[in-house]
Order: sequence, then structure tokens, then C-alpha cells
Amino acid sequence: MTEGVWPIVRLSLLVGGAGTLAVLPVAFVLAYILARGRFPGRTLFDALIHLPLVVPPVVTGWVLLLAFAPNGPLGEPLQRWFGVTLLFRWTGAAVAAAVMALPLAVRAIRLSLEAVDRRLESAARTLGAGRWRTFRTITLPLCWPGVLAGATLAFARALGEFGATITFVSNVPGETETLPLAIYAALQRPDGDTIVWRLAAISVAISLVALLASEWLARRAGRGVHVL
Amino acid sequence: MSFDVDVTLRRGGAMVGVAFAAEERAVALVGPSGVGKTSVLDMIAGLLRPDRGHVRVNGRTLVDRAARVEVPPHRRRAGYVFQDARLFPHLDVRRNLLYGARHEARLAPIAESLDIAHLLDRWPRALSGGEARRVAIGRALLSEPDFLLLDEPLSSLDPARREEAMRLIERVRDKTALPLLLVTHDEAEAKRLCARIVRM
Repeated sequence: MTEGVWPIVRLSLLVGGAGTLAVLPVAFVLAYILARGRFPGRTLFDALIHLPLVVPPVVTGWVLLLAFAPNGPLGEPLQRWFGVTLLFRWTGAAVAAAVMALPLAVRAIRLSLEAVDRRLESAARTLGAGRWRTFRTITLPLCWPGVLAGATLAFARALGEFGATITFVSNVPGETETLPLAIYAALQRPDGDTIVWRLAAISVAISLVALLASEWLARRAGRGVHVL
Repeated sequence: MSFDVDVTLRRGGAMVGVAFAAEERAVALVGPSGVGKTSVLDMIAGLLRPDRGHVRVNGRTLVDRAARVEVPPHRRRAGYVFQDARLFPHLDVRRNLLYGARHEARLAPIAESLDIAHLLDRWPRALSGGEARRVAIGRALLSEPDFLLLDEPLSSLDPARREEAMRLIERVRDKTALPLLLVTHDEAEAKRLCARIVRM
């Protein structure tokens, strides 16, 4: 247990923010493939992406542990080429958060991509816009509220991540001890009541602010768009 | 030769196809609903790929399956006015008009001539059907197309608006001097606006 709540809050925001930033581009590409692609094995691909949502988080954490262990298939090259290890590090906590948030982010972005009227894209093409410009100026702005929704969900999920994190990177105060882990640790102590109350209140406050902020952003971005 | 079109396409079990070569500048494609007129426009604009055949406009080959020529839609310079205006909902009227514009200076005169100059700061959802269509025509003209494709430009207009729209198209036809292919199911409309009628 770290002394004081602010280091815990700061670490949680760092892990949640980094996890969200890391998952968004990956989620967008996967959502795009699922929304637009027609290929054999698509349902299986979809199911694989959704796995972290249904598998016990402890199992996801264990798989990450196997993969990123010093002699694991991902951990070994990471260590050898970049001298980086994720075990017992906040970066590992961010990876766990990102993996757990992936299905939620993919789902939100995919729904908004499917709602984009493709006839608008073809109109842009006839007006001289190539594929990239059409994507940048039509597709992306029209699905932007969904990307924001995906980011909010991912951040909320990352902030609350417990099982995969504690399994993968353990509870290291100051390094991997995010809000839920700190709350759990405090609950184990006879004198932990006060700190539990404070951490729980902060968790609720952060989640509420994140939700309101994304709603506000979606409204701003959605001006002129019938999405919300 | 303004339009030289010979295409077929299988769509959901039905065959869509048409073959015509026109010297006249304004051509009407007439036929009942569901016969595939819009699909023909889409093939000319490059939004659909014909199974076989070719499209040439003003002597320029846009697609020729046998010769493996296929110009991508954004290089065909088609001024396509869709039946549903397809204005971009996240851009105001001004930015819609300028989306494909080559010369911004042309915005003012074109907006003036289409009577949409007072709408520039509005959002598409705040436009009436007729206004949206005029903006769509303006957007197509501002992209400085080599030819015009108009899909049922007069449908869903009441008789008074219809006459107004008809005059507008006549004005566009005569002022731009561009090859024009108009899709309609109304024979009278076709006869008034176009020198050549192709039936599907």
C-alpha cells in the first residue's frame, strides 16, 4: 500500500490513459475489417476479438504472463531487441488494460462504422476524392462519435481492470497498484476503511467525469450529424 | 460522340444492361423503375464495375473490360447528381459545395445562379428537398466535371417546383455545354430536356 492516495490516482490515470491510447488504433483497424470486410472465417475472427470479454480475466492475465515472460514468445524478443520487460511494470498493467478493453472499443467503433452511409463515400469519390481523402474527410468524421464512445468505454474498463492486471503484473505499490488493486489491498487491512472510502469515491468521480467529458465531445463532434 | 455506352451487369439474378452511342449532347435514359437506370449511371461514374462492356464519354475511355481499362471514380470527372442529394451531413452547405471544387472563386457565381447563396452557412439537415438538390447540383458543377449525370432530378417535386427545376436544368444544360445524361421515368420530361432518348 502506497502512502497517500494521489500516487495511486496518478498511476491509475496513466495506466488507463496509456491503455486507451494503445488500444484505439488497433481497435479501429479491427472494427474496420469487421464492418467492411467479407472473408471466410470472419465469425471466428469476431469471436476471437471478443474473447477477453467472456474469458475469466485471470485467464487473460495468465496468457499475457506466458506470452510476455522473459522466455515467452513476445517477452523474449521484446527483452532482446528493445531491452524492455512488461512484468511488474506499469506498462504491463497498461497492456493488460488494453487487452481487456479491446472488445468494448471494437464493438463501439464497429457499430458507428456500420452506421456510416456508404453512399456518401461514393459521392465523395465522384467529386474527385481518392480513397484516403474520402476516409479522412467523410468516413472518419462520421464515425467519430463512435470512436469517442469506444475510447470512453476502454478508459472505464482500463480504470476498473483487476483480474488480468494482478495476475500478469502483480500488485507492486507505485508501479502496478492502480485504484482497484489498492482498494483490494486496503480491504485486507484492519485499518483500511478510510482509505477504501476515499479510493472508491475517487473512482466514481473519475468515471463520472470521463463519461460526461465524452458525452460533451461526442455532441460537439456530432454537430450536424444524426448520430446521437 | 458524347456518350458511347455498352455495358451489362448481373445484379441479384437480374441482368442490367444498355447499349447506345449518342452524338447529341443531352441524352435521356428512360424506363420503368427497377430496370437498372441508376446502375447504369453508377457504372459510368465508376461506382459499379460492369461485368462486360465499355463506357466512353467525349471520346475518353472510362472503362473497357476487354481492354482492361478502368479509370477510378475520383479521376472520371463525373458531375453526378444523385437522386438523394447525398450532401455530407457533417459539413455546412459552403463546405459541401467546395468539397470537390477546383476553383473557390467559382463558388459565388454558381451559388448565385442556383439561388443558394443565402444557404451557405446552413447545415444540410436544415434544407428543404429542393434546396438540397440545388446544392447537390452546385457541388457537382463546382468540381468542374467533364460531363453530367442527373438521376431523377425532378422526382418528388410538386408541379410548381417541377417547372422551376426543369428550367434550372435547361439553364445548366445550355450554360455549361457539357454532355448530360439524365435518368427519368417520365417520357415528357425526357423529351423536353434531351435531344436523344434511350429506352431501357
